[in-house]
Amino acid sequence: MPLFHRFAPAARLGRWLRLAAVCAAVALAPSAWASPASAPLSAQAEVDIHSPYRVVPKMPTGSKATADHSKFKELQGPFKSGPEVTAACLSCHTEAAKQIKGTIHWKWEEVEQDSKRIVGKNKVMNNFCVSTPSNQQFCTGCHVGYGDAKSGEFVAFSKRPDTDVDCLVCHDQTGKYKKAPYQSGNPATTRIEMPPGSGKFIEPIDLSVIAQHVGDPKRANCGTCHFAGGGGDGVKHGDLDSSLINPPKSLDVHMASDGLNFQCQTCHATGGHEVSGSHYKLDAKHEGGQYVRGSQHNMGSAASCQSCHGDTPHKGSLAQDLNMHTRNIACQTCHIPEFARGGVPTKMEWDYSKAGQRGPDGKPLVIKDEHGHPTYLGIKGSFKLGENVAPDYTWFNGAVKWMNIGENAVPNKDGVIAINQYGGSATDGKSRIWPVKTMKGTQPYDPDMHRLLAIHNAGFDDAAYWHTMDWQKSIAAGMKEAGLQWSGKYTFVKTTTTWPITHMVAPKDKALSCAQCHTNQGRLEKIDGIYIPGRGKDHQPWIEMIGLGVAGLSLAGVLVHGGIRSFMWLRRRDKPGSKKH
Amino acid sequence: MSHKKHVILFKRFERFWHWSQAGLIILLMLSGFRIHGLYDLGMDFHTALRIHTVAAWSLVVLWVFAIFWHFTTGEWKQYIPTFDKLFLIARHYAFGIFRGEDHPYHQTAARKHNPLQRLAYLGVKLMINPIIWISGIWLIFFADWGAWPIWQQWGISLQVVAWAHTVGAYMMLIFFIVHVYLTTTGHTPMAHIMAMIRGYEDEPAHHHPRAKAAHKATENA
Repeated sequence: MPLFHRFAPAARLGRWLRLAAVCAAVALAPSAWASPASAPLSAQAEVDIHSPYRVVPKMPTGSKATADHSKFKELQGPFKSGPEVTAACLSCHTEAAKQIKGTIHWKWEEVEQDSKRIVGKNKVMNNFCVSTPSNQQFCTGCHVGYGDAKSGEFVAFSKRPDTDVDCLVCHDQTGKYKKAPYQSGNPATTRIEMPPGSGKFIEPIDLSVIAQHVGDPKRANCGTCHFAGGGGDGVKHGDLDSSLINPPKSLDVHMASDGLNFQCQTCHATGGHEVSGSHYKLDAKHEGGQYVRGSQHNMGSAASCQSCHGDTPHKGSLAQDLNMHTRNIACQTCHIPEFARGGVPTKMEWDYSKAGQRGPDGKPLVIKDEHGHPTYLGIKGSFKLGENVAPDYTWFNGAVKWMNIGENAVPNKDGVIAINQYGGSATDGKSRIWPVKTMKGTQPYDPDMHRLLAIHNAGFDDAAYWHTMDWQKSIAAGMKEAGLQWSGKYTFVKTTTTWPITHMVAPKDKALSCAQCHTNQGRLEKIDGIYIPGRGKDHQPWIEMIGLGVAGLSLAGVLVHGGIRSFMWLRRRDKPGSKKH
Repeated sequence: MSHKKHVILFKRFERFWHWSQAGLIILLMLSGFRIHGLYDLGMDFHTALRIHTVAAWSLVVLWVFAIFWHFTTGEWKQYIPTFDKLFLIARHYAFGIFRGEDHPYHQTAARKHNPLQRLAYLGVKLMINPIIWISGIWLIFFADWGAWPIWQQWGISLQVVAWAHTVGAYMMLIFFIVHVYLTTTGHTPMAHIMAMIRGYEDEPAHHHPRAKAAHKATENA
């Protein structure tokens, strides 16, 4: 079917005729190419009926909801806990909890595209906080659910009742809702001392006010978790951080508050709480026309650029040259020239082997850079941060293979273990060149059993590394909780994880220019399997050597020949009675 | 000037064709080797690509007219190869030219290219141009043609086509260097070039005593 689609004769003929017409016009009318190459494409009105983009209706400004939640008697409270609020929500939204419990937001599980294995936060390794087992009391600060707040006890998500679904974290409009750490996803409804015995307190929040002010999620709601992944603002992804809550156009041309003002779900469209687009199920090369919202085939992962822009999105004088790139190159590659552009740095390296140092006060050492961002924490090790980072690039077909906890892991020839690996190649016909963030880690490794080690870092028990800074105890607890054996020995190994870059789409005049790839040592220097004009490594060395060699010899030859001619001519001229030429 | 007998060697269209082709080929070489990555010269990649594409299409149009002209006028016969006097001409460029000897070949309108030129131009027309033309059009439409399974079956990738184009470009560059130099080998360094501009060549005076005499007469007058 896709083949038929691509070679539809009528469409091809039409394109040919158009090309022929354009070529003829260009060749015959000098004025046709006198227009400057850098002429801006026609200014795009927000709603342009001639636009090649499918117009996404603008979000209504101001509430046009038919219900004012502050008037519902069910929501007057007072509420003593999150689940009590949920019960009130469910009295009207009867299906909401069931819907949520079927999604990755609840399950933290997804079926991997190629291998069909179960992956997800509870299954895979990572090189930020390393592993979730035994740490869920902390990790569930980013789960759309509540659970048993007793330290050390983790109730499987599948066993939690419907009232444990957390409606407020996504739907709160006050910005005051906050899950408390180490409370298994619960907000503080009484004053909590955290960490225990520290004299620092988390103040309780008023759930009834929040329950009465609910609505469609805003960027900040999604950002509560997705901006803070990896343990802090911007830490994990690099293309998702709090600068996107109210971004200027230069940072994100779609989400700009003074522009299109897209919310997350403008692209990650939802229905029945199924948010489209998943980190584990990417659509790296969507083809076959626009993936229009609401149409029949717009199921599953539709949060792609092509959803609105199609495969040939460029207009104006550069259109033909640019559109031929879409076959091999993801939109993001040119249109997200750098990530972490909003002023929030992202972690590029995290070295656990350096952890464990204490300051003169006996407390874990803290070193911060001039902007107040930690570059060393005794409990976590040393970090390298990056802002305005040029991504790495790779062929990518959307399939990511993750290393699950306990899997055999052997370092490659460079001594690095790739925790996740991207599928794709120049030749599989399903891949495009994508920008990625490469996160480098150094983390505990079992040199005898060849596996990355789960660690217990969060908590206030004796084994929690962030509390007592003892690797032996931390690893033992982590591996026990994960149900895995270990040799009892640990060392540190270098790891990488790779994160697709897809947010922070720059305005078109900030996109990469031709020469940033069409040159030596350009952005795509390391990409194999494709000919990039202007890149020296694609040259055939023999052609260059012989071609330049013979051209050089010819030039030398004619210069020598001409030199001898001139010399002989001068000699003849100086000889009296000689011919003059 | 009117008293001079000028044999028009190069007709008006021919001269137009020659010089516009020369200009386009120079543009194509400058922009093409920029695209190729040999140098930068402060030329933006996309500008170079633009110039290259437009110049290429212009050249194709010019070629279509030139081929038509060659066949309708019979001028194509000028390129029929011959080995007559070939050795003498080669010897002239290797030795005679240094001693100020006259060129062993005398141009007429019916035989305006010497045998060495005939071979060289035939080579350009039958080898260099087709390589550049075919690979070039292929490159322009590669985004469309590259998806056709038949090319993949034949193992023809963008890279192979680009390499062929590069081979053609270097051959053209080498031809260009030698060609430009050889234009200076007339009886004066500018003679051939002026002939290509005016259409006729001033015969060296000593060749034709009558012309010489006429010339002198003019000077004396």
